[in-house]
Parts: sequence; structure tokens; C-alpha cells
Amino acid sequence: MKLREDQIERYSRQIILPNVGGKGQEKLLAAKVLIIGAGGLGSPAALYLASAGIGTIGIVDSDKVEFNNLQRQIIHSIKDVGRPKVESAQDRINAINEDVKVTTYNLRVTSENILDIIKDYDIIVDGSDNFPTRYLVNDACVLSKKPLSHGGIFRFDGQAITIIPGESACYRCLFALPPPPGLVPSCQEAGILGAVAGVIGTIQANEVLKYILGLGNLLTGKLLVFNALDSSFRQVKVPKDPKCPVCGENPTVTKLIDYEQFCSIKRR
Amino acid sequence: MAVKVIIPQPLQKLTNNLADVEANGANIKELIDDLEKNFPGLKERICDETGKIRRFINVYVNEEDVRFLKQDNTSLKDGDEVSIIPAIAGGR
Repeated sequence: MKLREDQIERYSRQIILPNVGGKGQEKLLAAKVLIIGAGGLGSPAALYLASAGIGTIGIVDSDKVEFNNLQRQIIHSIKDVGRPKVESAQDRINAINEDVKVTTYNLRVTSENILDIIKDYDIIVDGSDNFPTRYLVNDACVLSKKPLSHGGIFRFDGQAITIIPGESACYRCLFALPPPPGLVPSCQEAGILGAVAGVIGTIQANEVLKYILGLGNLLTGKLLVFNALDSSFRQVKVPKDPKCPVCGENPTVTKLIDYEQFCSIKRR
Repeated sequence: MAVKVIIPQPLQKLTNNLADVEANGANIKELIDDLEKNFPGLKERICDETGKIRRFINVYVNEEDVRFLKQDNTSLKDGDEVSIIPAIAGGR
């Protein structure tokens, strides 16, 4: 791939970065990134990845844009209310950058469809909003050996971790089981500050760019914890768990399961 | 053993909205019992009926997850920082 004149101009500020250059830009243009959820996390992630010139961006979401989404889901506009989020996101991405080929999936990922969707991508961004999807995405990525950027937000707190299957801890190594249903309120019930989603979604975009460019240190084997009220970031270590049911020494999860059921079991 | 404990958002309603509190204990188990004295209800959010730390909540001493140390027998010393970090799933 040879960069066009307009691409050299558009991406000049990142091409001049140490260890990026034209070669790095070509890697970005050849890269394929799947974003699950065009919401609070997926919006900033998609906008930065599109602006940086990721060649192919897939977006999965089955929802339509609602007026109360605009407080944080910054990829959508007033005129998009009522439209499928994937279409709104596609239009906004291409309004910024026509280099980006956008593939839309107006659906929910399930155990039946996810492996087929992720197989064409280099790295996955999880911006979903519920535990069943998070465990589904983790397990699918581990089983398919696809790198995964995980981000989660709750009120004024955020978390992010990058998972390289086979090398670093997965989401189940971090949290073996989900909380029982009803114990942890959703953003809809608990509230979320839009900028918190922006911080974590932007960190996810940054992780993807570093992964594709081969730069720096990824958030692998560690969880980044953001506290918006203190403006503090902390990191804690996340070792691979030898007893992890999906990536441990004797895995018991060797194919995708029913995640709604997995997350609705009442455990002690 | 005076230890600073960092409380996550979902549990701060039990700590009078404090994001960090002081507590004492020679190990994590004692620390959680001490927290419960000052902030009733906190223990049952962190531990199950058998007293074990719940699987969707991690407890860290400084940067280390106690699951990979000695679980709730992990010892504490003055100046340690304990973080309670639950799984959060929000993204929209």
C-alpha cells in the first residue's frame, strides 16, 4: 500500500511521530477493528480510530439512537434519534474519514453469531453494557485468539484491561464469576458521567492504536482503574489464573455457553 | 495496623460516601471485620455467607490480588493500601 498525497497530509501529525511514520500509517490503514456497542465507550473509541485512519471498522449494536443517549454517546447527533446506532455511527465515521470502510452489524452478539463476526478482525473493542455480553465477548476472543480491549464504567468509576489470549490474563482470570442479577445496577439505573465514558473509551482506542503500531506497553496483565472524582488512575496486577475455566491449564469452557443463564445463576 | 482502604462507587453508600477509609487488621479477614464495625453492611457486600470474598469482587494489597497471595489470610502492615474492586459492566 502506498500513501496518497491527501493521506500524507491528513495523517501528517501522527506520521511524524517517533516509531510511527508512513509504515505505521500503512499498518493502521490495513487494520480491521471491531467495536461492540456504539454507545458511551464505543463512540469515542470509534471516533478516534476513524480519525487515525483504521482501514476497516466493524460496529455491532442492535439499538436505535435515543435522545438521552446524546449526553455521552458522542458519535450520534440530534438528527439521528430513532435511527439504528450502527447507521448513525457509520455516517459520522465517514463524515470524518472516507478512508474507513465501515461494516455494520445491526444485531446483538450471541453465542451463535459472534465467532463468525470476530473472525475477520485483528482486535476487538468491548463497549457493551452488561455482564452476559462481557463474558461472551471474552470467551469468544480467548477461543478465537483475538486480542480484546475491555472497558467498563459505573457512575464515576472506570476500568480498562487489554487481553492478548495465550499471553495475558483474560476477563475471567480477573473476575471469575459475574455478580448475581440485580446486585449491580446498570448505567440506566445508576447514572454515568459522559466524560467518564470518554476517558475509558479513549483509553480503549489508544490501546488498539498501540497494538496495531506495536508501540509501548499494553494494559495487559494489569487493570487500569479510573476515579473521576479524584481524577486518579491506579493500576493493579492481573496475573493469568492457572484455574481459569477458559484460558487456564485445564479449561472447562471449550466452546461458547449460554451467557444469559451463566449470569442469572444465583450463587452465594 | 492502620491501612487505607479504597472503596468503590457501588459500596460508598455504606461508607457515608467516602471513597477511602482507614481500618485496622493484621490480615484481610481482620480488616474486613474492622470495616464492618464502622460501616455495618459492608462485610456482606464483600463476603458471602461463608465469609469468603465474593468471586466478582477482588481485594488488592497495594497492587497484588489477594487471591494469588493467601486470600483473606494475606497479612497487612502499616501503610499498606487495600483496594476493593468489583466487576462493573456499564458501557453505554
